[in-house]
Amino acid sequence: MWIKLEPRKAPSHLALYGAPVAAIALTMLAGMVLFTLMGYRGAGAVFEIFIEPLLEPERWPDIAVKASPLVMIATGLAIGFRANVWNIGAEGQYIVGAIAGTGIALATYGIESWWVLPSMLVAGLIGGAAWAAIPALLRIRLKVSEILTSLMLTYVALQLLYYLVRGPWRDPEGYNFPQTRMFSEAETVPNLLEGTQLHWGVLLTFLAVLIAWFVMSRTLTGYQVRVVGLAPMAARLGGFHENRTVMMTMLVSGGLAGLAGIVECSATFGQLTPQFPVNYGFTAIIVAFLGRLHPIGVLIGGLALATSYIGADIAQTASALPQAATGLIQAMMLFFLLGVDLFVVNRVRLVPSVVQHAS
Amino acid sequence: MAGNITRLELKGITKRFGEVLANDGVSLAAHKGEIKALIGENGAGKSTLVKIIYGVLQADAGEIRFEGEPVIVTSPRAARRRGIGMVFQHFSLFEPMTVLENIAIGMDQALDRRTLEREVSAILAAYGLPLDIHRHVDTLSVGERQRIEIVRCLLQKPKLLIMDEPTSVLTPQEAEQLFDTLRKLAREGCTVLYISHKLNEIKALCESATILRGGRVVGECDPRVETAQRIAELMIGSELANVERGGRRKAGGPRLVVDQLSVATDEAFGTELDEISFEARAGEILGIAGVAGNGQKELMLALSGETASPAKAICLDGVAIGSLPPPARRKRGLCALPEERNGHAAVPAFSLAENTLLTARERKKLSARGVIKPGAIRDYARRVIGAFKVATTGAEAPARSLSGGNLQKFVVGREILQEPHVLVVDQPTWGVDAGASAAIRQALVDLSARGSAVILVSQDLDELLSLCDRLCVMNEGRLSRPLVVGEASIEEIGLLMGGVHGQADTSKIKVAHVD
Amino acid sequence: MSLEIAISIVMTLVIAATPILLAGLGELVVEKSGVLNLGVEGMMLVGAVAGFITASLTGFTPAGYAAAAFAGLCASLLFGVLALTIGANQVATGLALTIFGTGLSSLAGAGFVGTTIARLPALFPQSIAGHPILRLAFGYDVIVYLSIALTLAAAWFLNHTRSGLILRCVGESDASAHAIGYPVTAIRYLAVAFGGALAGLAGAYYSLAVTPMWADRITAGRGWIALALVVFSSWRPWRLLLGAYIFGAVMTLELYSKAAGFALLPPEMLAMLPYLATVVALAVIAMRPSRGRLDAPRCLGKTFRAGA
Repeated sequence: MWIKLEPRKAPSHLALYGAPVAAIALTMLAGMVLFTLMGYRGAGAVFEIFIEPLLEPERWPDIAVKASPLVMIATGLAIGFRANVWNIGAEGQYIVGAIAGTGIALATYGIESWWVLPSMLVAGLIGGAAWAAIPALLRIRLKVSEILTSLMLTYVALQLLYYLVRGPWRDPEGYNFPQTRMFSEAETVPNLLEGTQLHWGVLLTFLAVLIAWFVMSRTLTGYQVRVVGLAPMAARLGGFHENRTVMMTMLVSGGLAGLAGIVECSATFGQLTPQFPVNYGFTAIIVAFLGRLHPIGVLIGGLALATSYIGADIAQTASALPQAATGLIQAMMLFFLLGVDLFVVNRVRLVPSVVQHAS
Repeated sequence: MAGNITRLELKGITKRFGEVLANDGVSLAAHKGEIKALIGENGAGKSTLVKIIYGVLQADAGEIRFEGEPVIVTSPRAARRRGIGMVFQHFSLFEPMTVLENIAIGMDQALDRRTLEREVSAILAAYGLPLDIHRHVDTLSVGERQRIEIVRCLLQKPKLLIMDEPTSVLTPQEAEQLFDTLRKLAREGCTVLYISHKLNEIKALCESATILRGGRVVGECDPRVETAQRIAELMIGSELANVERGGRRKAGGPRLVVDQLSVATDEAFGTELDEISFEARAGEILGIAGVAGNGQKELMLALSGETASPAKAICLDGVAIGSLPPPARRKRGLCALPEERNGHAAVPAFSLAENTLLTARERKKLSARGVIKPGAIRDYARRVIGAFKVATTGAEAPARSLSGGNLQKFVVGREILQEPHVLVVDQPTWGVDAGASAAIRQALVDLSARGSAVILVSQDLDELLSLCDRLCVMNEGRLSRPLVVGEASIEEIGLLMGGVHGQADTSKIKVAHVD
Repeated sequence: MSLEIAISIVMTLVIAATPILLAGLGELVVEKSGVLNLGVEGMMLVGAVAGFITASLTGFTPAGYAAAAFAGLCASLLFGVLALTIGANQVATGLALTIFGTGLSSLAGAGFVGTTIARLPALFPQSIAGHPILRLAFGYDVIVYLSIALTLAAAWFLNHTRSGLILRCVGESDASAHAIGYPVTAIRYLAVAFGGALAGLAGAYYSLAVTPMWADRITAGRGWIALALVVFSSWRPWRLLLGAYIFGAVMTLELYSKAAGFALLPPEMLAMLPYLATVVALAVIAMRPSRGRLDAPRCLGKTFRAGA
């Protein structure tokens, strides 16, 4: 018997939605083997990473808080990826968003008014979008691949952050630590649930997901994004502009990353510090794919990855598994997802090994 | 100079693709030193047959004899080893590389650069082929590119050379040069199998001809003595001569006026549009005939609005629309349907309902303030499915799940049910089964009867003659003056399509009439 | 500035340029075959950690380089299976490879952070390698000379051999190459494997030569600069060499002005320089009027499926 792959006419729904689940299952299996080989308690560590956080309700708010920036960024990235716009510099836009928002916070020092926080959020949004506009312009005007430029700008943003917190924005009363002063009450994203980390930013993320879902599935704008990505010629016939789509999706993904940046900066850190960037911008790429570039899927994917982050903390204490294992787990998820996609677009058939011969 | 040694003999070659019988018991023989024509309309099965000879495809039944012995050709490489060479319509070339590099890469065995250069130069000189072997392919004309493919074949010293519609992309001068080469080859004993549907060049070049229609051999003749009329009838089918055109409609005033439309192209294989002028009148079907690649695609893009042109170059019902984008043109009543179904006229991954949004959203109000009306797009898709008897599981079925004919019916229906004032369609029945073709043609006739102007771009002579009121021919980006179909004979139009290049007015056709 | 310092600066430049030249050269060959592997940074990290661990455990630095090349090759085959055999999106697969390499190197190297290793000695005898002036040409380890030799070899291979011609053809038109009868996927696998081995070697140069100790994310995004260099070079090995040395100069400038306490620019701004320079270089290259853009292999990044 031969195993033969035939393209499906329509992707199977079972395979489409089953693929991420299968990818996670395979990752757990591979993780077990890998960690065992590396001398850790493989099965235990995998259980702690993937299952244990879900069994402890007191950790659920932590998962939501962790998922919030991931989902927010990935929602924007997924829109871009749909249009074949490969913004992989979300980490930089996330940082610049935080920088822009912090700029407002520092400029409004001493003002305790309702409009301070909204201004910070808007500044974060604009900052991230502006940072993303650079690669977008370079692609539209000069056909420079946005992949490299958006990524290079991430490193630039990182250095910009270091410069600011070590230089002009350093807290004058902060014993020379490279960080800004703490945000005031009016500059902090309010808490949502007493006694937990849960903050209003989580709701903002949820709102972003809902809006993205509506726009992508129910509006001509979403239709435009999808047509440009799937069939550029058809897009032209339909009257949709590729360049405008590139710019729009870059601004949206950059803006959402920037918003996530200032929310995280204000709600979780309460100040801008060099420890602020933790590669959410890169992890969000995995989240976007895990979520099948669909806003609701991204929400689920983000929760799954957030769970693995929280779980990795558990595994670190319980099984002495290094924090770096999280990155490995995440990459394996993406690998397996890309691999099982084969079965979403193809049907596996067993064919008799007798080769039909032409006369 | 046909020798009597039979070089290639086919017996009962049969090849089936799904439900389509591409070759049905085809038999023919070609002799040493003979230039043999394989004639037929698009879809007659010529290409399938030669691909079987060259080993690209395998026959389901039948026998190939080469130089007297039965052979099974398993691959092009095997064919080349036996001395069979082929020049395809689509070249296998690498644009940023030099001619010499392209030739080297096409050889089955490695030759050192100097030997190869010497051999290539010798062949170029022997056959009088002008070609600079150090130039890069992307700077060459189509004719020069074809010469690379020919040299690749000649280097293998072929006993049989297959040419698949070689002149469809050539200028008249280049074609004449090609014929000289082929004649010289034949004199040296090589057998040439020449595929075409152009009668005048076959009469000028070939010593014998096998005519295919619908996958079967319908005749053999000596084209040098047979009349073009007779060959055309065999090729197209004699029933065509008696096409029932019914009562010709009285054409109304002009709906679409194109005036000196010139568009530059930025594509490597593109054709520039050169001062195209025509008008399409209410109630008529205007045909645009011509060999593929003479600017039809560019004209479609200019009419649909995908490429911009000066505002006054295109007028719809008296309004200059040349600078408007596609949606604004549709809103005013000009719909255009490109040739390529997958990825241009339709998005394969989208459902049929979603595909209605692509071009019907303006006229059928499928969205409001940028929000899609899911009910409206489903309803419209269902209407199209119902009216055009599209075989599908429903409005939610992805476009790619439909057969070619059914998807074509769907996209044609999507445009026609919008009741456009002017509809431009490019090859609407290409690769579509007979039943769907008939339905699509009927729909076009009905639309024009309701007072719309229909512009039909096609390479199918049969289709143009049976549907159109007037006919223009496209050639190298220029458009001829219109011919009235009822007054022009089949033969005249056949000859015109068959490649009387240059400005085509009827008097010139008469001059070019070879008999 | 004394001559001695000038020579030291140039030597630092060469050391800084060598790994991006190696990784860029590998990726250049990969891209010439029509494949876009964005996993260079990941493969470099895998190579860096494999090289460091091997050298650390065996105490034999050459074994480290060999292990690094092998590890990079293995990582690239992971990419090959997904992108070439399964036909997954090359951009996504390359990104996944980078994330994977980052995670794997952190995990594997966790126990080695801060430990050091012996550098490879200079290739030439101390009498000239240590000579105050001659060391400018003879004072490097074998990898530096290897990187230049490989540039030479790659230029010759691509432009003057039949195999190189076939490789380029596969990258220019996979359909034509397939139609003529070349095994497109197999050829691309070879290119990807070569790129992986060189990326591994490049990564190891960071952990075994530039800073001969293990630190997390030791390559610091240089893999991405190597990718940009390939575009900058217009896919030509000699220009890649030039580009690598220009970037080496930019990085050296950063290093020396930091050490010299240059007040002209804050150190963070200097650290931005290579990345900003990359963006600017990409833009400038794209602005060249005629052929610049056309130099990219035409099938770059496109999935090929035989029999389509």
